[in-house]
Amino acid sequence: MLDVAGLRVSFGAIEAVHGVSLRVRHGETHCLVGESGCGKSVTALAIMGLLARGARRRAERIGFDGTDLLALSDRGMGRLRGSRIGMIFQEPMTSLNPAYTVSSQLTEVYRRHRGGTRAAATERAAALLGRVGISAPGLRLGQFPHQLSGGLRQRVMIAMALMCDPDLLIADEPTTALDVTVQAGILRLLAALQAEMGLALLLITHDLGVVARVAHQVSVMYAGEVVESAPVAALFARPTHPYTQGLLASVPVPGKLRRGQPLDPIPGSVPRIPPDFVGCGFRERCRFAMPACAVAVPLRERAPGHSYLCQLTP
Amino acid sequence: MMSAIEVRDVFRSFGRVRAVDGVSLRVPSGGVMGIVGESGCGKSTLARIILGLLPASSGDVLVEGQSLAGLDRRARARLIQPVFQDPYSSLNPRHRVRDIVALPLRAQGIWDVETPVLDMLARVGLDSTLADRLPAQLSGGQRQRVAIARALILRPRIVVCDEPTSALDVSVQAQILNLLAELRREMGLTLVFISHNLAVVEHIATEVAVMYLGRIVEQAPVEALFADPRHPYTRALLASVLTPEPGLGIPDAGLGDGTPDPANIPSGCRFHPRCPSVTAGCDTADPAKIRAKGRLVECLLAAD
Repeated sequence: MLDVAGLRVSFGAIEAVHGVSLRVRHGETHCLVGESGCGKSVTALAIMGLLARGARRRAERIGFDGTDLLALSDRGMGRLRGSRIGMIFQEPMTSLNPAYTVSSQLTEVYRRHRGGTRAAATERAAALLGRVGISAPGLRLGQFPHQLSGGLRQRVMIAMALMCDPDLLIADEPTTALDVTVQAGILRLLAALQAEMGLALLLITHDLGVVARVAHQVSVMYAGEVVESAPVAALFARPTHPYTQGLLASVPVPGKLRRGQPLDPIPGSVPRIPPDFVGCGFRERCRFAMPACAVAVPLRERAPGHSYLCQLTP
Repeated sequence: MMSAIEVRDVFRSFGRVRAVDGVSLRVPSGGVMGIVGESGCGKSTLARIILGLLPASSGDVLVEGQSLAGLDRRARARLIQPVFQDPYSSLNPRHRVRDIVALPLRAQGIWDVETPVLDMLARVGLDSTLADRLPAQLSGGQRQRVAIARALILRPRIVVCDEPTSALDVSVQAQILNLLAELRREMGLTLVFISHNLAVVEHIATEVAVMYLGRIVEQAPVEALFADPRHPYTRALLASVLTPEPGLGIPDAGLGDGTPDPANIPSGCRFHPRCPSVTAGCDTADPAKIRAKGRLVECLLAAD
C-alpha cells in the first residue's frame, strides 16, 4: 500500500531523515519507533507532502497503491490527503479547529472530497462518531473541541480521518497526550477499525509498550535512519542493532529487575546529523563501536523481513 | 519513628474544583513515596502543598516534625526541594548553569559558592566545562541534571519530584532514574516521586499512593500494591500499563471514557460511575478511610 525508498529530508544544514525505506502492506500496522529528534515525524510529513517551507525532500520512491507520490502535483496530493490517506496527530486540541463545531469539521472533509448534501455528510459523521465509541453523537456534533475531554477529542480526530474511507492511516503519537486508561481504549479502537476496514496503518510512537501491543512490523529509527526493521515478535525476542538492544534495556518493566538494581541506560544523548555525515549515527554511544563504524554501514539481513544497519554480524 | 513528611487531612479547592479532597499521608524517613494517578487527580497540587508553594485550604503538613506553616522560606528551602517535569521551563534561560545551581546558596546568604557548585555538578554527572553554558545549550537530560543539582545544593532532607522524567526520552529517563536512586542512597534522602508512569514508579518507589479525584484511594508498599492491588481503580491502572511484551494484545480495564470532573465529584464512592465492580450502595456510602489487609483501600468491596 505504501512503499518508501531512500527518503531524505534536510532543513538547511541538518539532515533530519537520511535514507529511510519502509513498506506498509494492506491490513498491516507498521510502527515507526524512536526517540525525539530521530526523524520519525518528519518522515510522516514528508510522505504526506506536508513539510514546512525550506525543507528539502528527495527520495528514490514514494509509492502509494501504485501511484507515484513524488510525481504528484500539490493539487493531486491534496486530493489524496484526507480521502485515501487519513492522518491523526498527537495533540487533538491543536489539530482540531477551536472555532468550529465537531460537525462542521467532520462534514467539511467529506463534502470537499465526496461532495453531496450537508445532511448526508452529517449522517455519516454521526454514524462514525458512534463507530469510534462516542455515545450521544448528536450532542457531540454540536459541540466545540474545548467542550470535549482529551480521549473524546482523539476519537473525533479518528472519526475525521475515517470520513472518506481511507486505505492508509498515518497516526503520529495518537495516544501520547492521553491517560493510560484512555490510551488503551483508543489503541483497541484503532486495532478494531483496522481489522474491520483492512486499513494499512503507519503508527509513529516513542513508546515500546504501544509497539509491542499493536505492531505487525516495526522500524526502529535513530538519527534519521531506520536502523532495524523486523516483525514485532522477532524485534522483541532478538533485537539485533545495539541501539534497539539499548532501548529495550532502558525501559523499566514491572517485575523484571530485582529491587534496587539499576536500569541499563544508553550513555549520552541523541546527536544531530549534518548532511555529509558518513558511517553509523549511533557509534558515539555504542559499546561495540569500532573504526569501521566511521566509514560505511552495511544493511544486513538476519531473517526474512528482519534487517538491521550495523557492522556486527548477528 | 518520626515520618519525614506527614500530611494531615489536607484539603485544597480552586473555586468549585476540589483538587485535593482530604488527604492524609506519612512518608517514612529515607523512603520513596510514589504518587500515581491520571491527569487532574490532584497529585501535582498535593506536591505543591507539600513543598509549601501553595497553602492548603485546611489541614496541616509536617516536615521532619515541624509544621510547614511555621517555617520561613529559607528554613523550608533547607529541608525540602523540588524537581519539576519540564527542564525547559523550570530553569531560567538567561542564567548560566553555575548561577542556577548557586542560587539557593545565595538565597541563604552563602556567597562562597564556587567549590560546592562544581562538586555538586560532578556529583550529578555534569562535566565542569558545562558550568558556563546556558540551559538552551544543554540536552533535556543535562537540564534535568542541573535541576537535580540545584535541588540538592543545600543538602535538603527531602526532594519532591513531579514527573521528573516525563519529558525525557527513555534512554535518558533511565540515566536520571539511576542518578536519583544513587543520590538517595548516598545522601539519605527521602523522595516523593509523582508520576503517571506506573512502570517508573514500580522501579523507584518503596511505597505507593494511588490518587483519584483528589483522594488517596489506595496506599501500600510497592511490592504489595503491584502483586495484589485491592482497589478497582488501582487494578484498572495496573491493567492499562502496556509493558513491552508482544503477543499480549491491548488490555481492557473496563473503565470507558467517563472523564472524572473534580468540579463535580460523584456521591458515595467517587469512583463508582466508572467502576467495573460497582454494586448497590456504592453511590451512597462513603468509603473514606476503609482499611483492608493492613492498608488503606477506599472501597466498600475491599473492607475486611
